[in-house]
Amino acid sequence: MLNYLALLPTLPLVGFLILTAFGKSLSKRSVVAIGVGSMALAAMLTIGIAIHFLSAPPPGHVFEQHLWTWFQVGDLAPGFSLYLDALSLAMILVITLVGFLIHLYSAEFMRDDDAYARFFAYMNLFVSLMLILVLADNLLLLYLGWEGVGMCSFLLIGFWYKKPENSKAAQKAFIVTRVGDTAMAIGLFLLITQLGTLDIQELGVRASEKWPVGSGMAVAAAALLLGGAVGKSAQLPLQTWLPDAMAGPSPVSALIHAATMVTAGVYLIARTHALFALAPVVLTAVMLIGLLTQLTAGISAVHQRDIKRILAYSTISQLGYMFFALGVSSNGAAINHLMTHACFKATWFLAAGAVIIAVNHEHDIFKMGGLGKKLPVLFWTMFFAGCGPFFSKDGILAEVWFSDTGGPFLWLLGLFGVFVTSIYLFRLLFTVFLGPLKNDVHWKPGLAITIPLVILATGSVVGAIVEYPRLLGYHPYATGTEAAHASPYLHAAIGKIAVGVALAGIYVAYRLFVRHKHYEAGEVVVPHITLRMRRLFAAGWYFDRAYHAAFVVPFQATSRFLRSELIDRGYDAVVALVQTGHRQIRRSQTGRLRWYAAGIAVGAVFCLGAVLL
Amino acid sequence: MFWLTSIVAIVATLLAISRLNATHALLYLIVSFLSVAVLFLQLGAPFVAAIEVIVYAGAIMVLFVFVIMLLNLGPHAVEGERQLLPPHAWIGPGLLAAVLLLELLMPLSNNQFIPTTGTAKHADHSTIPTIPTEAAPQLQERMVVGPKEVGIKLFSTYLLAVELAGFLLLAGLVGAFHIGREEPRTSAKPGAMEVPSQEGPA
Amino acid sequence: MNPIPMEQSLMVAAMLFSLGLIGLLVRRNVIFMLISIEIMLNAAGLAFVVAGSHWQAADGQVMFLFIITMAAAEVAIGLALVLRLQSDLPTLDVDAMDQLKGGDDA
Repeated sequence: MLNYLALLPTLPLVGFLILTAFGKSLSKRSVVAIGVGSMALAAMLTIGIAIHFLSAPPPGHVFEQHLWTWFQVGDLAPGFSLYLDALSLAMILVITLVGFLIHLYSAEFMRDDDAYARFFAYMNLFVSLMLILVLADNLLLLYLGWEGVGMCSFLLIGFWYKKPENSKAAQKAFIVTRVGDTAMAIGLFLLITQLGTLDIQELGVRASEKWPVGSGMAVAAAALLLGGAVGKSAQLPLQTWLPDAMAGPSPVSALIHAATMVTAGVYLIARTHALFALAPVVLTAVMLIGLLTQLTAGISAVHQRDIKRILAYSTISQLGYMFFALGVSSNGAAINHLMTHACFKATWFLAAGAVIIAVNHEHDIFKMGGLGKKLPVLFWTMFFAGCGPFFSKDGILAEVWFSDTGGPFLWLLGLFGVFVTSIYLFRLLFTVFLGPLKNDVHWKPGLAITIPLVILATGSVVGAIVEYPRLLGYHPYATGTEAAHASPYLHAAIGKIAVGVALAGIYVAYRLFVRHKHYEAGEVVVPHITLRMRRLFAAGWYFDRAYHAAFVVPFQATSRFLRSELIDRGYDAVVALVQTGHRQIRRSQTGRLRWYAAGIAVGAVFCLGAVLL
Repeated sequence: MFWLTSIVAIVATLLAISRLNATHALLYLIVSFLSVAVLFLQLGAPFVAAIEVIVYAGAIMVLFVFVIMLLNLGPHAVEGERQLLPPHAWIGPGLLAAVLLLELLMPLSNNQFIPTTGTAKHADHSTIPTIPTEAAPQLQERMVVGPKEVGIKLFSTYLLAVELAGFLLLAGLVGAFHIGREEPRTSAKPGAMEVPSQEGPA
Repeated sequence: MNPIPMEQSLMVAAMLFSLGLIGLLVRRNVIFMLISIEIMLNAAGLAFVVAGSHWQAADGQVMFLFIITMAAAEVAIGLALVLRLQSDLPTLDVDAMDQLKGGDDA
């Protein structure tokens, strides 16, 4: 079964190729058959691989499949090789299973769209490249998938490209992530020149042999890789693209900008943990970035009105939690949260997409209300799915408490984040689904929408209880500190405080948004803070404005300056020179044959003369 | 003997380029070619001498004659040619060609560009049996490079070039046929060659 | 009969070549220009044969054969062009054919 691993990225790729080549001539039914069918096959294959991997583990719990050598330049010969261990198993399960459900949902959600085949082609391509990313055994192949999913993200954010703002959002996402990707590329070059390999396992070995802990090279390499991860996973300071990325269709937001692609940064850090372990400074930076991101994004989420932007900020915040866990070297906790969050956020995005359709493409949550009675399936799946991540977050918080770099203070800040999380999530839920009915609803989600929602919500709740990575032989707290293992009960207890805080948050949200008297007027978002602060939070801490002032404006000014002045003069002189010369020389172009023959003769005379003299 | 032939060739050529009537010019040109053929004979190259007579003086000149016949150039053409050729037109080209000739003759006169026969024979590793040995330089005048040696050389060392020459001739044939074909055109105005006429029956 | 000195033979070739060049530059009739080109080619061939004779090698004659082949192809094309020109613009004056110099715009 494991030998079919290579089929896994191939299946969606074949779907993509067929849909690209024949998409225009296929009926919608066959588009679904190909687009969703390829994903269904991939999902089944993944389950088969997972069962085989767990029941009859390969030696060392690692399965490698070398397909071919990509190219060979000197000593550098990156292969097209797949590497399956517990970590990548977790990732491919998320990608194919959640991906399949989202494809299924899209079959109904996108039914009225003209570019049906194009949508599924992009989605299939994305899944294929994402699988290459997580299965790659060397960083170059990983980078191929990394850039590929970035491209798919660009294509899908700008899927409705006829609206200029959607294209702009796509460009923004592409350009902002490019900053991180460039850093990562430089990191790869550094690793090639310094260690001479890009094979991930080999890298870990060679790096720990060659570089002492905390050495400059290790810090530089880890920091550059972190740059890539920060860009891809929308962490501070490169988080600004994700809220705008909501311009894409909801299934895209669910698949790419919540469940899979944005977690690539988390995966990268977990995968190259050996490098990061050599650079404790960078690990601390990871932790602080995660902490700051989850706090700022969480507070911003409380102040959004657009239902999808709330979820976007929420995603940034949850990714911040994963970085938080990675920063204290608790990869298991991060992956645990990644898997639960994938189920949870996919559910919420998909349900949000359904809500938006149901209320006639209204995005403002204050123009919705009381939808719980009309759309009970959406309400309950969102409710249950929303409970899942609190349980995976408690693991992260417990790890933070016990880690060397963490401690109770950071734990407290994290705890505050949990509180904020429950407030913004249930603010959305209560505002949209409770209270008096404000909208006409003529639309009911069909089976293709309901079934994925129910399965994903179930997945989220089950994940909260059983902790998926544990099932896959990837212990949630395996990389944690000894102190935690010394007192598992204390560990659990400290974690469970987070659940309590979350419940408190829900209660506060209920009081604020369901019971509050100003709230029904749509005026008060969160009471007792000044208008100025509210604007600050709602605009995402003015990061966009700051970047605009810091980069866009100077760049534009420079280009305007350069366009009109100085350097142009130099080029103008060149142009004038060429034009003058051209005018002189074209006089000789008389069109008269004898003149040309004479020219040849004179040339011969001169050449011979030069030889003789 | 050599000088006589050379003078005949040069005078005939001079007359050929200065005639007003194209047919006269061709006749002088044939004389020039024939004298060059005689030169070839004297240089010990009987094969190319024959080729010169057959191909140049024969075939190629016949082509010219045909074309002149087709063009139907009569006495009025001589008059037109006289107008095209005023005496002062000879000055500039004459000077230019004189300079070129001077430059060509200069290295010949001081011998600096021609290796001696003896060293060249050492350099020649060819297996042609008619190469004279150093011991018998007086035999040089009899040394004739006949068709056999030329043929061996042509179809061994220069085989690829022969095939390329075949291609060239084929291309010339096709090109001449294509260009010379009379296309059905409604009017033959002076500017008509700029616009390819595409008014076919379709 | 003494062997012909190479220098003198080459001088004859050079003179023939120069005469051809004069003809090419002076004459405006296309047919005469073609004739002049033939003269120049013949002169070059003569130089090859002279060199071949000097070193007793067949290569000079081989080269002459190639030149004559090229001359044949060139004459065929050239004369076909002459026929076409005569029918398209009824003159053989080469200076009348200057349409390819292009327009007067910069």
